[in-house]
Amino acid sequence: MTEKVKVRIDGEVIAATAGQTILEVARTNNKYIPALCYMEGLSTVGACRLCMVEVSGVARLLPACTTPVQEGLAVATTSPQLESYRKMALELLFAERNHVCAVCVSSGHCELQTLAQEHGVTSVRYPYSYPRLPVDTTHPRFVLDHNRCVLCSRCVRTCAEVEGAHVWDLAGRGVGSRLVSELQRPWGEATSCTSCGKCVQACPTGAMAEKGFGVEEMTKRRAAVSRLTSMREGE
Amino acid sequence: MDKARIGTCWLDGCAGCHMSLLDTDEGIIAVLRKADIVFGPLVDAQEWPEGVDVAIVEGAVSSQDDLKLALTLRSRSRIVVALGDCAVTGNVPSMRNGIPRRELLERIYVEGATVCPGVPTDGVPALLKQAEPLHSAIKVDVHVPGCPPKANAILMVLGDLLEGREPDLGSKLRFG
Repeated sequence: MTEKVKVRIDGEVIAATAGQTILEVARTNNKYIPALCYMEGLSTVGACRLCMVEVSGVARLLPACTTPVQEGLAVATTSPQLESYRKMALELLFAERNHVCAVCVSSGHCELQTLAQEHGVTSVRYPYSYPRLPVDTTHPRFVLDHNRCVLCSRCVRTCAEVEGAHVWDLAGRGVGSRLVSELQRPWGEATSCTSCGKCVQACPTGAMAEKGFGVEEMTKRRAAVSRLTSMREGE
Repeated sequence: MDKARIGTCWLDGCAGCHMSLLDTDEGIIAVLRKADIVFGPLVDAQEWPEGVDVAIVEGAVSSQDDLKLALTLRSRSRIVVALGDCAVTGNVPSMRNGIPRRELLERIYVEGATVCPGVPTDGVPALLKQAEPLHSAIKVDVHVPGCPPKANAILMVLGDLLEGREPDLGSKLRFG
């Protein structure tokens, strides 16, 4: 299980453990690969496509979060092609829903907003789809704004894997996909919800927030959710 | 050397980006040594003039008048700058886009009115179907997001453009 392998990330030889993903190895060695759906302590799904990397000998790009390392693997974490695809992926996320930063509780603390700024996204070249989406305010303490959801499924995985309640799921397909609680029940009526709020903390954008916060006021404690799983690993 | 000519205007916006432009304080003096502001809310010109070097546009394209002005300024200006989130992304004005125009206007001016209910038609331009970012209507050369963009970001962009450089917002890039 603890077989050691040597990999190259951006030319640098790094010792890793077989079974680790490219993203895990990169992050533990201070190599930056952007990601939105990845969160430490949760299973990986490869949904956001921001962590795509070039692996030598492989013709297509691979998601770093779901690709395990193996002996001799050589990875490039950045290149003009990767940068252009990452920018494209970010712009498509903005075009898909109504991410109006100016009136968002998470503005200034949002992972999508930060990534756009880091990658020099100054405008979105694709036409916005302006979907008419609901805001679920039925839960007494939390709110779900579908306009700001990027379908990363971090809330789904946090609820299922960390809290063990599995209130959330993704329904529908493609651009029509929606986050649903308990087979389309409003969040406030979901009897399996323990109101722990870990999904809210895991959410990278302002899609999930605690009630009572104004614009730019909602900061999240994502590390707290990751810490829970790392503390349980010893058990 | 002739001075460069700057024009500014706001379409569907809140004037906040122009406030940010005023927040450049004495920084605007250095700009005015190199350029004249020939059109804008504080300039007494009625029509967008010919031969503008830098057009600074705040706000989304939301009405027939917005569209007309955008097309005019594009044909009469060398460089067009989309200033602020409304011009860059549609921002708050675009939040109406999922709602049909008639439903929207009646909700506000009929159902929401306590006096003189009725959708206004005299002296106001017709709304476009959707409020869109400026680049959906005309070619935009420089995008400066922010709600509003910080005064120092505006000064940097103007400084670069007047020196003939392509502006790079770098760490000053910010939405919201």
